[in-house]
Amino acid sequence: MSKSAISGSGTNGFWLADSAIDSAAFREHLGDESCGACVIFEGWVRNHNEGRSVLRLAYEAHAPMALKEGNIILQEAMQKFAITKAAAVHRQGELALTEAAVVVGVASAHRDAAFHACRYIIDEIKHRLPIWKKEYYADGTAEWVNCRQCGTSHAHGETHV
Amino acid sequence: MRTIEIKWFAAYREAAEVAAETVHTDAATAAELFAEMQRKHPALASFSAALLAINNEMADWNRPLQDGDEVLFFPPVAGG
Repeated sequence: MSKSAISGSGTNGFWLADSAIDSAAFREHLGDESCGACVIFEGWVRNHNEGRSVLRLAYEAHAPMALKEGNIILQEAMQKFAITKAAAVHRQGELALTEAAVVVGVASAHRDAAFHACRYIIDEIKHRLPIWKKEYYADGTAEWVNCRQCGTSHAHGETHV
Repeated sequence: MRTIEIKWFAAYREAAEVAAETVHTDAATAAELFAEMQRKHPALASFSAALLAINNEMADWNRPLQDGDEVLFFPPVAGG
């Protein structure tokens, strides 16, 4: 992907973006004549969470390890599923409602593999990437999401070096 | 005694009130170091340990610490 498509950092199909993700440029990265299916998942910033009214979000990433782990996840998807291309981009910094926080795209010869691989990638991103989300609420407070209730029970039990 | 560089992220950083600190410690593992830091920064006491990296590689809590290691403590992640 060209540098103009995503303002941020990344290589090998996984990026961290500092500003709005250009979906058309992202889609171009997946194009391949051998592919008959393309599945793209976008995770959006919504206006509520667990009964609270959300105004905006901020994502903090530890970029060196987020990029490394993101690319490992894409490689795993390439090995596990019959897909041809996989790419993902995650925002960092401040986000407004309706913006895409994460975009995952997979292209393959047939649709089943693309659906399954896309699901695998977004689930692994949520569990493994060193990225944290802070929600800002209508009542003026702000909280790091999941930071108190998860603990070790949330850990995947896998380490990737 | 080992000299260890600690980096705190997100909720941990706000609880510790520093982004990074250098400590001299007898802690033999990351788990012992985290417990020691919870005593130093009481606001961390309510947090359970989640994930960590040593020298920018994901690491196990029981891995022995070496002098000069950089230990990154990650709160439970919340991407997507």
